[in-house]
Amino acid sequence: MLSFILRRLLVAVPTILILIVISFILMFAAPGGPFNSEKPLPAAVMANIESRYGLDQPYVVQIFNYVWNIVAHFDFGPSFKYRDQTVTGLIAQGFPVTLTYGFWAFLVAVVVGVALGVLAAIRHNTWLDYLATGSAIGASVLPNFVLAPILVLVFTLWLGWLPGGGWNGGQWQYVVLPVIALATTYLAAIARITRSSMLEVMNSNFIRTARAKGLPMSRIILRHALKPAMLPVLSYLGPAFVAMITGSVVIDVFFSTGGIGQYFVNSALNRDYSVIMGVTILVGVLTILFNLVVDILYAWIDPKIRL
Amino acid sequence: MAFHDPTADALQAPARPDKGRSLWTDARRRFFRNRAATVALVALVLIAVFAFLGGFIAQYERDYVDFSLIGINATKGVPSIATGHYFGTDQEGRDLFARTVQGTRLSLLIGVVGSMVAVIVGTLYGAISGYFGGRVDSVMMRVVDILLSIPFMFVLILMLVMFGRSLLMLFIGIGLISWLSMARIARGQTLSIKNKEFVEAAIATGVRPLTIILRHVVPNLLGVVIVYATLLIPEMIIYESFISFLGLGVQEPNTSLGALISRGAGQIGNGVPWQLGFPLFFFVVMLFAFFFVGDGLRDAIDPKDR
Repeated sequence: MLSFILRRLLVAVPTILILIVISFILMFAAPGGPFNSEKPLPAAVMANIESRYGLDQPYVVQIFNYVWNIVAHFDFGPSFKYRDQTVTGLIAQGFPVTLTYGFWAFLVAVVVGVALGVLAAIRHNTWLDYLATGSAIGASVLPNFVLAPILVLVFTLWLGWLPGGGWNGGQWQYVVLPVIALATTYLAAIARITRSSMLEVMNSNFIRTARAKGLPMSRIILRHALKPAMLPVLSYLGPAFVAMITGSVVIDVFFSTGGIGQYFVNSALNRDYSVIMGVTILVGVLTILFNLVVDILYAWIDPKIRL
Repeated sequence: MAFHDPTADALQAPARPDKGRSLWTDARRRFFRNRAATVALVALVLIAVFAFLGGFIAQYERDYVDFSLIGINATKGVPSIATGHYFGTDQEGRDLFARTVQGTRLSLLIGVVGSMVAVIVGTLYGAISGYFGGRVDSVMMRVVDILLSIPFMFVLILMLVMFGRSLLMLFIGIGLISWLSMARIARGQTLSIKNKEFVEAAIATGVRPLTIILRHVVPNLLGVVIVYATLLIPEMIIYESFISFLGLGVQEPNTSLGALISRGAGQIGNGVPWQLGFPLFFFVVMLFAFFFVGDGLRDAIDPKDR
């Protein structure tokens, strides 16, 4: 098991480095620098600014310094647009918000999705099954930027139950709509995957044996069927995590929740390179670490993988 | 009245050459027997007609600003046949019909181009990787794995910011993402194709590997590739709309369904539901149609996959 984890880490670290190098190559290759404006600055001022941000050093040194500062001090450098802010500071402001509703959305998607999928599978070909499958298809063509306005239209403007935006320190009323908007698509996908893999498992020999022994249905499902049926769901969680973290950008922009997505889009509109790069790299690292966890869980549940 | 004998008819009829039913004829039959897929295909054709010919019906240019309607579009910009604003106007007094036509066209175009890049690059990459196998395969697939594990939307936005937001850049960026999963699918299929007798025969007669891939492997991949290309189109449309929703995609006066939905969503509190409704309708119907057509194609071309 330990060697398996080490092997996976050995892949994860270069992936992160490749991501950083790609971002840097894009920055170097881009026409014009971050400080080019309508009115060209005097050469001396430009040189000063560049040395302040370390842009006058050779590319390799720049990349090395950047990586070293992140690893050693968790320092993503200063913002190129706002002199009094650092990228780390912006991330520290936005990340807790993203983490809060992201965590709930993920939890809702997995728990409700699995429960719905299992129910649909054991009530195969009943109205419950059709309802679950039908809504899963419906939800897969409703990306969150379509769902979010519809939710606000219904729950804020028509019913007036929940606020249509803002964060307010994470009070629960403000968290509900972002969580629903973010979770629904993945909830549907997880339900669909769980249903089909559960159907397959329920038809296998060891479940027949368990039934023949006269075990109660609840025990068969919880003790015998659920674990093998979870494998395809687990392998979907990696892509789902990426999609959700991407989706959080829409949530932040639409609901003005103040998560990192909002800073990301603002700096994208301002051409604030260092913030975009910082967020991209942070998100990339999180994704890769999450995939690592999923891989390890997978190997733990299914020992065949480790070979 | 002469007695009509059908057998005599058949005997006298000139002998028609027996038409064999090719795989594709079979697939077409199966596709059109699927009612949902057929309806979806009709819907797609209608949407395409709307996107490419709707401009002739529109009474206004997409960027014509009616200054007298600015600010009062909730009362005066209502959808109506009489004013010629079939879908109403937006808050700048522009005709929503013309803009929806153009947005639908752009979204369709992005979907088709992205999916075509995936077909060309992904298929070749996957076929080469699968055919050569061994170390080449593991390196090429590791590259795909690594690229897939990067949250690409962020990198794409990074690219759009650094190289400037243009339609070309959007096409390039979406093309860069699209081929990855296609490469995986093509590789998996190639692995089973390369052990077939006809490939063996080609090797035995001394055909060069690249010719084998292009002549013998790729044509046999086509069925699966077409299915996944159809399923990729809505995915690409969602990508583009996502970026445009954030205001980072297409630039004015161009628009796309994502940009229109974003504008409409920003106005939902102002009593102009048509501004969200019409673009949303076309977006959702288009995605549904593509999913059902893709699903129907999968059942028709690749029945063993079910």
